[in-house]
Order: sequence, then structure tokens, then C-alpha cells
Amino acid sequence: MMMIKRSWFAILLTLLFGLLVVSVVSAQQPTPSDDQVNAIAKQLYCPVCENIPLDVCPTTACAQWRELIRQKLADGWSEQQIKDYFVQQYGARVLGTPPAKGINWLVYLVPPIAILAGIYVLYRAFRSWKQPAKQMDIPSSTSGPSAGQEAAQDEYIKRMEDEVRKN
Amino acid sequence: MNEISPSPIEQPSQTVRPHFWRILAWVGLFALLVVVAMVLLRKQQGPVAVGQKPPTFILTTFDGQQIGPDEMSGKVVLVNFWASWCKPCEQEAADLESAWRHYQPRGDVLFLGIAWTDTESASLAYIKKFGITYPNGPDLGTTISQAYRTTGVPETYVIDKNGNLASLKLSPYSSLAEIQAAIDPLLGP
Repeated sequence: MMMIKRSWFAILLTLLFGLLVVSVVSAQQPTPSDDQVNAIAKQLYCPVCENIPLDVCPTTACAQWRELIRQKLADGWSEQQIKDYFVQQYGARVLGTPPAKGINWLVYLVPPIAILAGIYVLYRAFRSWKQPAKQMDIPSSTSGPSAGQEAAQDEYIKRMEDEVRKN
Repeated sequence: MNEISPSPIEQPSQTVRPHFWRILAWVGLFALLVVVAMVLLRKQQGPVAVGQKPPTFILTTFDGQQIGPDEMSGKVVLVNFWASWCKPCEQEAADLESAWRHYQPRGDVLFLGIAWTDTESASLAYIKKFGITYPNGPDLGTTISQAYRTTGVPETYVIDKNGNLASLKLSPYSSLAEIQAAIDPLLGP
């Protein structure tokens, strides 16, 4: 009876220990790869080297930032949580896409408005080019010059030819 | 007799509408140019000038202490922007710490270190490496450096007891004597 109790106790202890090991292992994330780090890093810019995305920036500061991303990923942070952390620490200018608030709205509003205005200007220009052409077509296609106009033109040509002959 | 002619009431609205949009477009363009000009002017302003009142700020240090205008008033304040990855910062780190230890007992001098675009672990390692004891904290959101319009690191601003900027150094201090030369004239007898 004592032996059975001992063996049950041993099995229970082994199971508990195994459960503990499994939970510790599942809490740790595998070391994030460079690709995983760069997927987030390419959306960020460090103020030290402006206009160079974090994933390709060669400075020590950017290397430290990439390591920070790796560490946060290993801690189980999501992409959005990491980006929020960087904004909190270093300001919104670290983001490749500025948040749509305050003066940043200009970035989202000005280009479409400029494109629409450009389309409107082109439309107006094409219309104004078309209208004079139509006006010139109308007399020739409908009635043509009147007899009086033709006579006046003939008279003018005759006078020109006379002048040329005189000289 | 049945010719349709534009009514006298409709005519003005047809001429007014293009004018309205044209004026709106010009106003919008002008406003955009003003915004762009303001941003460019601000960028080209350079750091805070000597004699001016530098912007006020509250620094939350790495150990959670908050230092703001109340703690700075009536004191000579040395504000040093640095980063752990900045090699020139290392040149002046030991001299700054020596100067702090020299002035700290007086009580009317305050040194503040502001870590710019640095990771916390790297900043703390730097502080430990150089045995820095004066208050240091991160420039959260880079708000302090933007207010001071800093151009990089290291940069040091010395503020007199009246709260005006007495001197600024846009490169590392080369010696303890140079730091003392910036602070001593601002202290009373």
C-alpha cells in the first residue's frame, strides 16, 4: 500500500515538474530573425540619420534601435506595440507614415486637392482649345462666304496684283 | 419671340461662382506657402541664442525623479545633451562628472544630462561606465531637444540664475577648466 502511494506521488511530482518546464519554455519566444526585425524597422526612421529607414541605416544608434526591436519581439510585443513605444520614446517623426493629426493632415489633404485642381485646370484648358476650332469650322461647313465677301476679296487680290506689276 | 434668354437674376451667380473658387484656391495656396515658410524658418533658426530665455521643460530621470522649472529656478543650470553611441560625448563625460562633484556642495548649481535618441539600457550602461552621478534622463518624444532646436550631440547649454542662456557649446568640452570658465562667472561671490 505504501509502495503504491509512493509511486503515485512520484508520477504526480513528475507531471508537475514537466508542466512547469513546458510553461517556462512557452513564455519565451524564439529569437526573432533579422527579417522579422527589419519588417518593423523599415517603417521607422531614427532622427540621427534622416531619410534613411532604420532597416538599412548603418549607424550605431540605429543598430541599438534594431536590437531594441528584437528584444521587444522576443518579449512577445506586437508590431503596433513596438511602434507605439518608439513614438512615445522618440516622437512621431520616427514613423515613416505620419499619423493623421494636427499639421500632418496637410500631407494627406494637399496631394489629392492638388491633383483634382490640376485635372480641373487641364479640363478647362482643353475646352478653351476646342472652342475656337469649332468657331472656325462653323462658317466653312454651313454657309461659306457670302457673294459680297467674295467680290471684295477678288477686288483686293486684283489690286495687289496690279501693285506688283507696277513695281 | 420664343428665344430663351438668360434671366437677369441668374447672370450674376454665373459670374460670381468662378470668382469664389478662384479666390478660395489662391487663399489655400497662400496658406500652404505660409505654413511651409514657417516650417523652413523654424528649421533654419538654429539653437536657442545666448541671452534668450531657453524653453522650460520637465525631465523625468532614469530613476523616476522629476526635475522642472521649480528645481532650476535661482540656480546655474548646465543642460547637457548626449547619447551612448556618441563618441565625442565620451570625451567630456569624465570632465562633466568632475565639474559636478566640484559644484554640487554649493547647492546653487544643477547639472542635467539628457539622453537623446538613446535606448534606456545603453544609456544606463554609459552612466555606469563613466560613474555619472548628476541627474540624467531620456528626452522622451525628443520634445526637449526640439524645444532647444539642438543640431546633434553633444550640446551643452549653461543657464544663469535669472533663467537666461549664458553660453552654449555645440561640441564636447575639452577640459574641466573650460567647464569652470563657463560656470564660475555666473556664480555670486
